[in-house]
Amino acid sequence: MHSETVTQLIRGLRARKYSAVELTRALLSRIEAAQPALNAFISIESECALAAAAEADRALAAGDAPALTGVPIAHKDIFCALGSRTTCGSKMLGNFIAPYDATVVARLRAAGAVVLGKTNMDEFAMGSSNETSHFGPVRNPWELGRVPGGSSGGSAAAVAARLVPAATATDTGGSIRQPAALCGVTGLKPTYGRVSRYGMIAFASSLDQGGTLTRTAEDAALLLGTIAGFDPRDSTSVERPVPDYTQSLNLPLRGLRIGLLKEFFDQGLDPAIEVLLRSALDVLRSQGAVLQEVSLPNLPLSVPTYYVVAPAECSSNLARFDGVRFGYRCENPRDLKDLYERSRGEGFGPEVKRRIMTGTYVLSAGYYDAYYLKAQRVRALIAADFARAFAGVDVLIGPTTPTTAFELGAKTSDPVTMYLNDIYTIGANLAGLPAISVPCGFVAGLPVGMQIVGPHFGEERLLNVAHRYQMATDWHQRAPGAYG
Amino acid sequence: MSLSRKEIDNIAHLARLSLSDAELSAYAESLTRIVALVATLDGAAVRDVTPMSHPLPGQTQRLRVDEVTESDQHEFYQRNAPQVLAGLYLVPKVIE
Repeated sequence: MHSETVTQLIRGLRARKYSAVELTRALLSRIEAAQPALNAFISIESECALAAAAEADRALAAGDAPALTGVPIAHKDIFCALGSRTTCGSKMLGNFIAPYDATVVARLRAAGAVVLGKTNMDEFAMGSSNETSHFGPVRNPWELGRVPGGSSGGSAAAVAARLVPAATATDTGGSIRQPAALCGVTGLKPTYGRVSRYGMIAFASSLDQGGTLTRTAEDAALLLGTIAGFDPRDSTSVERPVPDYTQSLNLPLRGLRIGLLKEFFDQGLDPAIEVLLRSALDVLRSQGAVLQEVSLPNLPLSVPTYYVVAPAECSSNLARFDGVRFGYRCENPRDLKDLYERSRGEGFGPEVKRRIMTGTYVLSAGYYDAYYLKAQRVRALIAADFARAFAGVDVLIGPTTPTTAFELGAKTSDPVTMYLNDIYTIGANLAGLPAISVPCGFVAGLPVGMQIVGPHFGEERLLNVAHRYQMATDWHQRAPGAYG
Repeated sequence: MSLSRKEIDNIAHLARLSLSDAELSAYAESLTRIVALVATLDGAAVRDVTPMSHPLPGQTQRLRVDEVTESDQHEFYQRNAPQVLAGLYLVPKVIE
């Protein structure tokens, strides 16, 4: 059961091969057993899960069951779920019980999915290794001494270790795609505005996007169709119909124009990763795709641009955590100033404070024009580069990450070294583009991801390319030794 | 360009963050490194480029009709409050 995909589980549940309760029990067991080693979960919600599974069995028997009835999933702990502890990986929200459902959560609930728990993550989604969580680091199921990536490390590790067939996640600078690559799973970041951000705790509002971690593109297509769509409660949600993403998965790739970014295949890329990428491109070429080199000359500025824009927006969004209405409050505040300063100083971890400080600095009087406004202009240049590229190609393909999973503690001394992990993923966030990472091989036993980026609302094509690739290869079916 | 202790103190004050001496030194160092990273933006040709605040072209802030759509559930929402009395959030005395 644990190695079945969402698509297979739906068939299995409806054919009564197993009940939703049996399935949920089996996965909860696996989750509990894996928790000491992986620490993928912050909250394991067994009671609620079994109650929901029992309800799912009733609906299935009555023949009145929405599409995902009985399918077990997990939510990144950044999504508010009614009655569920929602911590965002932080002491600041350590005991926060969400009083409402995020739209992503509500839609999956309405589709009948069974939530097993909330997954671990870098604190307030800030990080690329899941080492900044207040609840301890998550470990990579492929090699426990290594990171799973971040910030959605818990969701990625849970899917890779076959603890759940799918998990929700968020991506602001690569936080779905990078852990997908390091854990050997499929991670999809939709177009900005495709998935509602209502109830998704805000980090950087012009970059954040909710998405999925699954083992196949087929499953990603199914889940995206469930969570995507206009939401009047998110003012950046786009009014645009949601297609059935599963319908276009098998379209032939003949004539597909693939752009290879000159700036990605440069000296920074590990040669062993490049070899795997080239093999993956050969698979696509054998199905009729044509390759051409493209250049996005402003792309190398994407990391510095991001590390102005994202901290600036984060410093604004995290101002709401002040110890007054919810969240952590310091003991015995002397006065209001002390209440604010110590609640925030004690409630936030070091990386979060570092980003708030950076954001405050770049927005402060005298620096706003030189930093923030400048970065917003460079952002426009980067977006224009992508738009120009998509006039001549259908998708852009390249590596998701510069290296495979690194060791825990290896990059925590200099923040800039950690930030450079996002070098291939950040561009898509700045330009609001959809992007997916799929497993394309291994280097020294560690997974490698191939990233496919599309034009705005080009998810159908991305999922199609990813699916056709997965039908011709089996990297996505490999499981880490201890969790197969 | 190195950030001074005075500048870091000022930023911490603006951000309402209470930081220890050790934290202040550590942040002075890491912020200096981040500022060095960001300095690479200096060379970008951005004259006449409109700053981009929203990733999708042509999007404007959507408005809604000024109608009451929510009901008073303050007791329920205040369950997460650190200190509440009679529906009011309690804080240390603000006005002397």
